[in-house]
Amino acid sequence: MSKFTKKKGGELPAVNTASLPDIVFMLLFFFMVATVMRQNTLKIENNLPFADQVDKLDKKDLVMYIYAGKPSENYSQYGNQARIQLNDNFADVKDIAAFISAERATKREELVPYLTTALKVDSDANMGLIGDIKQELRKVNALKINYTTKKGSVFGRD
Amino acid sequence: MAKRAAPEVNAGSMADIAFLLLIFFLVTTTIEVDSGINRKLPPMEESEEDVVIKQKNIFTVLLNGKDQLLVEDNIMELKDLRLAAKEFLDNGGDKSCNYCKGKKDAASSDNPDKAIISLANNRETTYKTYIAVQNELVAAYNELRNTRSQALYGKSFTELEADYKDVNWPGNKDNLKKKIDQIKADYPQKLSEVQE
Repeated sequence: MSKFTKKKGGELPAVNTASLPDIVFMLLFFFMVATVMRQNTLKIENNLPFADQVDKLDKKDLVMYIYAGKPSENYSQYGNQARIQLNDNFADVKDIAAFISAERATKREELVPYLTTALKVDSDANMGLIGDIKQELRKVNALKINYTTKKGSVFGRD
Repeated sequence: MAKRAAPEVNAGSMADIAFLLLIFFLVTTTIEVDSGINRKLPPMEESEEDVVIKQKNIFTVLLNGKDQLLVEDNIMELKDLRLAAKEFLDNGGDKSCNYCKGKKDAASSDNPDKAIISLANNRETTYKTYIAVQNELVAAYNELRNTRSQALYGKSFTELEADYKDVNWPGNKDNLKKKIDQIKADYPQKLSEVQE
């Protein structure tokens, strides 16, 4: 009979949870490494073209971003022609001047001449739009531009 | 035999391992930097003085709405553009350029200082093709500059520029700046853009 009575000290040993925080840390690292920080939520397709003669665009605080491309699936009511996105919203070519001056106002005055405009444009957009953007930038005297690209051969993947 | 409880693994050093990993990633992580082709737009001022440029000093590149390339009135494939641009820039037709290795063809550009590449595109041209052409033209300049710099200083132009940007580079920066400017003066990047 004593075989069926529970032994006092024979309980299952508690699972050691000392390594639990470490597992959590590992996860944290994974996300830290894999995260890409992005300032704007894109409402357009933004598949950048490839180029290999590129310069780095460091000093992130001195860069203004102009996005352009076809509205992505969720925003298909805006048509399927390439459009401009400034900050978080679709914009028109004529909004660029206001955007540039708003960006300039947030920077220290002595840094304004060093501001670069980064054009992040989808590879399938047509040059008419880019030409309009460039013309608008010339009007507000924002002459330093950067065609942001991915690194790779221009002949390879498209 | 009495059943023995499994000996507990000492987990005290686990935290240290985690910290080591954390520090490793902290040190090695670089937040991704965007890169691209830098360009400078021409200022808006309407200067009405016409500059006379000889036709032979202009290298016209035309991109039509179907992404086809017309270079100096001939249809060309994108892969041949770099070489054609290099030949044009490095031609040295008036023999004033003693470092040019080109053909010294009198019908092509006089010297790298006078040679201008004119890029015209249509509104329908896709951005991808435009960037590819820009890239090839910049590459032509870069390759010429690299060769020139290699001959003068035994180091390519790209390396010189990388040194100049490197904060830990031990040499004399002013000297280096002069070298870079010299190369830039030998092959000035003269790329003009037109939109139809």
